Amino acid sequence: MKLQQLSLFLENRPGRLEAPLAAIAAEGINILTLSLADTAQFGILRLIVRDWEKAKRILEQAGWVVNLTEVVAVDVLDRPGGLAGALRILEDANLNVEYMYAFSLRRDDKAILIFRFEDPDRAIQVLLDQGLHVVDGDELMTFVS
Amino acid sequence: MLTELWNDAEGGFHPASAPDFLPRTALQEVQLRRLRAVVARAYQNVELFRSRMDERGLTPASIQSLQDIQHLPFTVKTDLRDTYPFGLFASPMSDVVRLHASSGTTGKPIVVAYTREDVEVWSEVMARTFASCGLHRGDILQNAFGYGLFTGGLGAHYGGETLGATVIPISGGNTDRQIMLIRDFNVTALCCTPSYFTHMIERARELGIDLRDLSLRIGIFGAEPWTDGMRHHIEAEAGIKAYDIYGLSEIIGPGVASECSAQDGLHVFEDHFYPEIIDPDTGEALPDGEEGELVLTTLSKKAMPMIRYRTRDITRLITEPCSCGRTIRRMRRVGRRSDDMFIIRGVNVFPSQVEAALMAVEGTLPHYQIILTRAGGLDRIAVEVEVTPEVFSDKIRGLEDIRARLAQSIERILGIRVDLRLVEPRTIARSEGKAKRVIDRRNEG
Amino acid sequence: MWDRAAETQPRAEREALQLERLRAQVARAARVPFYRDLFTHRGIGPHSIRSLADIRRLPFTTKDDMRRQHPFGLLAVPRRELARIHGSSGTTGKPTFVGYTAQDLATWSDLCARFLVAGGLRPEHTAQVAFGYGLFTGGFGLHYGIEKVGAAVIPVAAGNTRRQIEIMRDLDPEVLICTPSYALTIADTAREMGMDPHALPIRFGHFGGEPWTEDMRREIEDQLDIQAFNNYGLSEVIGPGVSGECPARSGMHIQEDHFLVECLDPETLEPVPEGEPGELVITALTREAMPMIRYRTRDIARLDRSPCTCGRTTMRMSRIAGRTDDMLIIRGVNVFPSQIEEALLRVEGTTPHYLIEVSRPGTLDEVHVKVEIHPEIFSDRMDRMQALCDRIGREIHTVAGIRAHVDLVEPRSIERFVGKAKRVLDKRGLTDC
Repeated sequence: MKLQQLSLFLENRPGRLEAPLAAIAAEGINILTLSLADTAQFGILRLIVRDWEKAKRILEQAGWVVNLTEVVAVDVLDRPGGLAGALRILEDANLNVEYMYAFSLRRDDKAILIFRFEDPDRAIQVLLDQGLHVVDGDELMTFVS
Repeated sequence: MLTELWNDAEGGFHPASAPDFLPRTALQEVQLRRLRAVVARAYQNVELFRSRMDERGLTPASIQSLQDIQHLPFTVKTDLRDTYPFGLFASPMSDVVRLHASSGTTGKPIVVAYTREDVEVWSEVMARTFASCGLHRGDILQNAFGYGLFTGGLGAHYGGETLGATVIPISGGNTDRQIMLIRDFNVTALCCTPSYFTHMIERARELGIDLRDLSLRIGIFGAEPWTDGMRHHIEAEAGIKAYDIYGLSEIIGPGVASECSAQDGLHVFEDHFYPEIIDPDTGEALPDGEEGELVLTTLSKKAMPMIRYRTRDITRLITEPCSCGRTIRRMRRVGRRSDDMFIIRGVNVFPSQVEAALMAVEGTLPHYQIILTRAGGLDRIAVEVEVTPEVFSDKIRGLEDIRARLAQSIERILGIRVDLRLVEPRTIARSEGKAKRVIDRRNEG
Repeated sequence: MWDRAAETQPRAEREALQLERLRAQVARAARVPFYRDLFTHRGIGPHSIRSLADIRRLPFTTKDDMRRQHPFGLLAVPRRELARIHGSSGTTGKPTFVGYTAQDLATWSDLCARFLVAGGLRPEHTAQVAFGYGLFTGGFGLHYGIEKVGAAVIPVAAGNTRRQIEIMRDLDPEVLICTPSYALTIADTAREMGMDPHALPIRFGHFGGEPWTEDMRREIEDQLDIQAFNNYGLSEVIGPGVSGECPARSGMHIQEDHFLVECLDPETLEPVPEGEPGELVITALTREAMPMIRYRTRDIARLDRSPCTCGRTTMRMSRIAGRTDDMLIIRGVNVFPSQIEEALLRVEGTTPHYLIEVSRPGTLDEVHVKVEIHPEIFSDRMDRMQALCDRIGREIHTVAGIRAHVDLVEPRSIERFVGKAKRVLDKRGLTDC
């Protein structure tokens, strides 16, 4: 049920974001979604891609430090309160969200939420128990293709 | 040299300590003579004091006995701010050899001055402090009080030097190096704030060093309130005797009062500082033994005499004789204050100073709260500030920037680093009436 | 002059005094096992010193010797005679400490009083000391020197520049004591506060603790409208007070009655021709607690024996033109790259691919330690990455005593050199000798 997310260390200066994206694009790897956290000095780029093993290899060969992290994707209805409902469940279960990001699907009226938890397995259990739909990797690919 | 003769042996008697043992009547004669001189000096040289005396129809000749001190007007902390910088000086600048300063209650500084004689008196009372804590020549004293405008560092430094000890002027901070020095130099005595020393104990343990195995035997602690519980902890964990000392820069700095081997109250160096206890609300003198606010008069200060200075510290005087033989009276350790000042890592902080610092950055006063905690023996101060729409930025670095500016502004006024946290609007509890600005969790758990 | 007799003593007379003191000092040093062994090995003693030139028969003392003799190995007096212990700035791993007797402290105050008075200080003045106090000798030397002269000291110590300026504005000190770069920071900050730096009450500045140039002197003097004086010293021999400028300000007068200074080629250890740059080697002639014999300072300067217009008969030395080792001076603190390396190693998992970049963007030194990121220390979580930076910064502060910006950089972004790695990039341009 967990998704593999790649994260990259980038210095915060012009052109640094484009380089890794170009490297994986050159190999025909499409990015499903990404998020970027920045400080004045450096940033962390987080990527969800279809063929993460290949992407990781390409990036590492090109010299980036790449981390692999397990994240959890949940789909909710793309309408007001969709995210809030999911978050309330997590809060009630006392599950701390390390960080999250989200994207909407072009078709369907769904939004995908990507969560990073300290304990993803427990989080998945809570989400499932509460009737939320946890999206695994294969399913996610079908949504976006 | 006389000093060497007396002060060499363990438990030796330092000649500087002689006034500690004066018969009460002789001491009172000294006090009265000095009181009359200091009142005359202040009356002649300090406008504020003269006008307050005149208003009450008093002249220096009105002081005929020690009891007459009760007729004299009080001096309060805001007087130092209002007359800043030179208004309370009773000596010309050419006689002044030292200036110390601290932040006043609103961030506006206050200054204190010393003539050469004042520095000598200061060194003497600090030497008497160390002597009464059992130090003598040959002791290696590590002085971890902060040096600079804060009087703690230099006060202890000159006292150690006058006593004839070896002074290591390490100042505060860099705990690993503090511990390394204690070990490498066979340090026998150390002075700092009690909370910093408990931190040192914890850090030593992390480094695999048992302070009980080292040659340290005496700790001299002050500049912040502490408890007997902390004393027992320190003495057991470090294998030392821990003593409390008391002082404040408005009076002289450290060296106003000190514990002795009995560890049962702090002897006030009464030949230089005259103590009274008053009711903080009415200003009336309280009978001996009752708890109230400590009021001090400097009997020998030249550059800046303080007449009936209201310390805001709550304590009581002990009149019974002490088992150590000293005849100077003792005061109980100070546990609380009659105002909202708190002490963090030896630095006196008023919430109004924090407000002034926050105002300086944003122009308006945000909702804030000061949270004091103690972790690993170290006091920490966090200031939580609610984010307002004006300061919010979607860029992390924008928020980092405002956070840094607020923290710097506070550091500039307080002289200490604070952990500044931006919090969401309306997350700091509002209470009816006066906002609770300080949450002190240091003695929890 | 503070001590006219000593400062204008005829040279021949002073040389006789130096010889007498040198012999006494060699005798005192012979009480220290470290020196006694060296002397015995060479078959020398006080009797071997028949002229000042015989100093060349004596062994050198280095910083490494001091480290090896830590803590009390170089003491020539019983421990109980020590009145003070100071240390060189920096590290927990490689400390060097110096001890002083009460007489050493009195001498030190006197030497500082000499250059302070030469540079304008009078008993009726007030002096603001913006040097750090503590184990560092800078603050204390000047503090006691000012006290000895009878002027008032404001012991502000380092940092908190706005407050320094407020205090200066309010308390009217005529004299400022700090590092030269900090003097420029004060001018800058005063302008930021909407004040004219010329309106500050300061008239004289005594600057030391780091190398500076004539250009910087002109800048400081223009910006603050003061007279700026240079002084030199190092804690291993006493602290500030080894030499200082006079009103002529063309070289620093060496207090030759207390220090015998040689200028040697650091490779051959032979004296360089008069006026040529070389390494200063200093013998402390009167120190009781730690009689330093031929201490190799690693500082490069030139000596000048020509007479000075001020009337002092002492030899002068130039500004410090560089170092014979890789030591950096950051805001007056001595830092070795090895200390930064040690700090990085203390942070678990950090292997040292790093570069120390020293710059002076405004008036103050800034240190950026660039550390290459690698898989063991990278996290997708921002809080952990920032905690890593903080931890490295804290360790650097603990070990080296300076605050550095820690810049995490991408792998392989720090240039590799064949052979010796270049660990330091100093962009300050601090010497003009």
